[in-house]
Amino acid sequence: MMSLRAARRALSPGVRRFSDTSGGEIVEDVSERTGCAQLTTQASLYVHWPYCLRRCSYCNFNKYISRDNNDHMMTECLQKETETLLQLSQVSCVTSVFFGGGTPSLAHPSTVAAVLETVSGQASLSEKAEVTLEVNPTPVGMSKLEDFCRAGVNRFSIGVQSLQDDDLKILGRDHSSRQALQTIEEARRLCPGRVSVDVMFGRPKQSVESWENELSKLLRVCDDHMSLYQLTLERGTQLFKQVQGGEVTVPAEDVTAEMYQCARRTLHQHGFLQYEVSNFAKHKAVSHHNMSYWKGRQYIGVGPGAHGRFVLPGEGGVAREARTQTLEPDVWMREVQQRGHGTRRRIQLNHLELLEEVLVMGMRMTEGINHKHWELFSPQLSLREVFGRSTDVQELLQSGRLILDDRGLRCSWDGLALLDSMLPALLVELERQISQRLQRDHHTDGQTKKTSNPR
Amino acid sequence: MSFSLVKRWCETPLLRRVLQFKTYRRKILNYNMTYTLLRHRWMKRLPVLSSSFKMISTQTDKDAVDLSKFPADRIRNFCIIAHIDHGKSTLADRLLEMTGAIAKTEKNKQVLDKLQVERERGITVKAQTASLFYNHEGQQYLLNLIDTPGHVDFSYEVSRSISACQGVLLIVDANQGIQAQTVANFYLAFEAQLAIIPVINKIDLKNADPERVESQIEKVFDIPREECIRISAKLGTNVENVLQAVVDRIPPPEASIDDPFKALVFDSNFDHYRGVVANIAVFGGRVKKGDRIVSAYLGKTYEVNELGLLRPDEHSTGKLFAGQVGYIVAGMKDVKEAQIGDTLYLQEQPVEALPGFKPAKAMVFAGMYPMDQSEYQGLRSAIEKLTLNDSSVTVQRDSSLALGAGWRLGFLGLLHMEVFNQRLEQEYNASVIVTAPTVPYKAVLSSAKLIKEHGSKEITIVNPAQFPDRTVVSEYLEPMVLGTILAPDSYTGKIMSLCLNRRAVQKNMLYIDDQRVMMKYLFPLNEVVVDFYDLLKSLSSGYASFDYENAGYQAADLIKMDILLNGRPVEELITIVHRDRAYSSGKAMCERLKDSIPRQMFEIAVQAAIGSKVIARETIKAYKKNVLAKCYGGDITRKMKLLKKQAEGKKKMRLIGSVEVPKDAFINVLKRKQK
Repeated sequence: MMSLRAARRALSPGVRRFSDTSGGEIVEDVSERTGCAQLTTQASLYVHWPYCLRRCSYCNFNKYISRDNNDHMMTECLQKETETLLQLSQVSCVTSVFFGGGTPSLAHPSTVAAVLETVSGQASLSEKAEVTLEVNPTPVGMSKLEDFCRAGVNRFSIGVQSLQDDDLKILGRDHSSRQALQTIEEARRLCPGRVSVDVMFGRPKQSVESWENELSKLLRVCDDHMSLYQLTLERGTQLFKQVQGGEVTVPAEDVTAEMYQCARRTLHQHGFLQYEVSNFAKHKAVSHHNMSYWKGRQYIGVGPGAHGRFVLPGEGGVAREARTQTLEPDVWMREVQQRGHGTRRRIQLNHLELLEEVLVMGMRMTEGINHKHWELFSPQLSLREVFGRSTDVQELLQSGRLILDDRGLRCSWDGLALLDSMLPALLVELERQISQRLQRDHHTDGQTKKTSNPR
Repeated sequence: MSFSLVKRWCETPLLRRVLQFKTYRRKILNYNMTYTLLRHRWMKRLPVLSSSFKMISTQTDKDAVDLSKFPADRIRNFCIIAHIDHGKSTLADRLLEMTGAIAKTEKNKQVLDKLQVERERGITVKAQTASLFYNHEGQQYLLNLIDTPGHVDFSYEVSRSISACQGVLLIVDANQGIQAQTVANFYLAFEAQLAIIPVINKIDLKNADPERVESQIEKVFDIPREECIRISAKLGTNVENVLQAVVDRIPPPEASIDDPFKALVFDSNFDHYRGVVANIAVFGGRVKKGDRIVSAYLGKTYEVNELGLLRPDEHSTGKLFAGQVGYIVAGMKDVKEAQIGDTLYLQEQPVEALPGFKPAKAMVFAGMYPMDQSEYQGLRSAIEKLTLNDSSVTVQRDSSLALGAGWRLGFLGLLHMEVFNQRLEQEYNASVIVTAPTVPYKAVLSSAKLIKEHGSKEITIVNPAQFPDRTVVSEYLEPMVLGTILAPDSYTGKIMSLCLNRRAVQKNMLYIDDQRVMMKYLFPLNEVVVDFYDLLKSLSSGYASFDYENAGYQAADLIKMDILLNGRPVEELITIVHRDRAYSSGKAMCERLKDSIPRQMFEIAVQAAIGSKVIARETIKAYKKNVLAKCYGGDITRKMKLLKKQAEGKKKMRLIGSVEVPKDAFINVLKRKQK
């Protein structure tokens, strides 16, 4: 029955409302072209599935090992919250959907179908809009991929993590390398050109050489997208304790730095262009959903612990809000049932805070922040006006790690690996310039109304 | 004669001082003999009526005190001296109770220790005075107890108190025996030629061994064991005998009511409503409310508004007579008007001023800075208030590029510094950064030009940045101390090697009984000022005690050490070190800096250098990769928080060349290590 409903969604685009202009498909630079209005009429949607079968030793994410089966209630609540938040946001167009977790591939495909149907009922969701699902490459996960496709998923992000079975065990993963390879194959069959592979480096006992071998193996089987993440030891995880206690050793900083550089070179040689700190794509197969985070666009987060950034005109809001949903799934569900959503925390972002996020996220992209992109959020102060005068920034420019030119502000190849060392200086400068600007405005013309700041 | 004795003691080279022990022994004996005579005289005249003691002395009607009834021969001025925790303040409590100065309750614990720090640390910081009325053999006596600090760091307070006394109770713990401060305190009293009554306390303890302590006292101080009084201050056992001994063995003050009024200011406090409250010892004549008195030091005239006894709270009597000790309020508005050591006299009867006191010399210096510069004003007023009541602290404004505006404070010793710091935090709620203590070095200048500039050949260097170059100096001098260490003999080996490591020279070693050793070492003060005491305590499982007295200056091979970051010197980290210690302290500083300067985008060389010669180096490697792997919608909040914190921190960084040094790094390097 469920798959029937899913099929209906997939087959009947008439259900969806189309917006008049761009139709929801993310085209490169669409918002820059069409301007500031779309900042608040569009949003991407993140849906969080909080359950996992087991706990990975490195993961401190918001996930729960479910004992009883309440998938049905979870589905209803995800739908309900999607509906509520879309209404509050009053967006006319949802540009992409991402099912993350937890392990969303544990969810029934009908859940995905149901949520997508809810989205279509509230806003336009183009047939071509990117709908990604995170997949654990287990046999069960693999067997459902086709149904997920029918439910409306058109992009898979597969958590391969490693092709070494020993490492997978240390990491606490519940799949083998063989299963991973099979899942990739199946996913590519279903969504050719829209499969991403997640790999982790800096794993216990890993060497640069073994990493290189692993990469070349992956390059032979992968599709057009790869995400490479350095393993970060998070407090409170089992792996953290093991490393603290000396049971497990992870490669030194210098070694992981080399692994990163070596991966960047290798992928480049194989036609994968790096478009973000950890993301690489061939044939322009970038993740549009993730790009919209880095470009500072609105997003709505649904599900336990999900985060969102959007304006709430439905509540009379004008400034963008940072919203966090209640973490614990049972509590979250109760709240959704009672008041339609489980938002636990709402913080209004002021103009400076918004620009800070735009800066921090934008600089993660290899293309950086172009002048138009910046102007969309900061019509009064250009990139050059903000950063051109600072001696700190000058030093970064001179060192060749940072570039400020006719295109905009971005990191050089070397600079990208050191971004977090440069951001504090950029943030200090941004704050200084914005506060000076505010003071000047106060002094000179209190009466002249400035054009309202983008949200 | 007494003066010359003290002086000679101080000037005698140390080795000879030790050898001269015998000579002094004879003197002590002489003194004791005089004493004995005195006691006999008293005894003959007044038969002991010990049974009457319980009834004694309570002067219930406060206003009825007629001080004219107490001529000098019925006054005894005494103080109690002891090593920390030997029970000085507990004995004071009992004496106050027994004489009715305070009600006898369970709660009387260290009544005279008013400061929080005193109660917490079980030490006395500020001398307090209490006048006791005591009936002895049918006569009423006025006993003035001056509770002194136990530690030699406060010896300035001790010697001030002692100057108003004729005798001391020397308390020794029946279990622990003589400790380092017992020795130091004994000499202070001995040099002032006071009558010394040894009191062995805590005889109720399970491991008490009063006999052993008596033989230690006999051996170290040359006081016959028969003179020791065994008590338990806690239980009150034999405390009556102490009061009796005070009357019998301590001579009355030599002061005549017929002389012109003459009083010594031996302490002062500041009261916001009344101004200065001075503690005085009346050396002659009488003074009453309304009298016009003159300060010999300033030549200013004041009218006496209020005066009386301290019991221990102020108790107005309207008059004070020769030999008595009390307080006086005379409209002095500034604490500087009540110079400690000043002489007061009546306007119409000028007298020759008393010798007074040598001002205390600060021997340990430390920088103090507010945690945040916005707290500067608050900290300033807190320091001002504290120094009002502790004039031995010297205050100099100072500023550090890293820590901002602050002060360089001089203290009499380490404990003095710690107590001051603790009082600042507790009583004034101020949070401060205290830098590692340094000592005042001296340089003997050889350049005629510099000598003219400074006005003297010898200059004192408190700030390392002002250390004069070797080329203009004929020699450098460092302050020395004579340290006394008492410990069980099983630790002797370890203690000796510790002292040797600290450039100390052994001067003397004496078994005070069959297990305990007293060692005397001549130390450079710099070597004991930071962590010596902690190390000594830990290597002796807490059994060793240590104390020191100043022992002048000695020539030393001192050099200035720079700390460089990527070749640039860091002004606030300049240190003066002994050449032999340069490598180890330079290395330690480099290591501490390495641990507290965050990695940057380039490599940082942390070096210690003498002149142009690098003697130690650490390297802080450059970041090769510093970027968060995952940053999606759900990560921004956390990421922004972290980055904003770093951006805030960046604003507070001190830039040395292009190296950003956080304030914490300076604090970690400059601060005293936490114990």
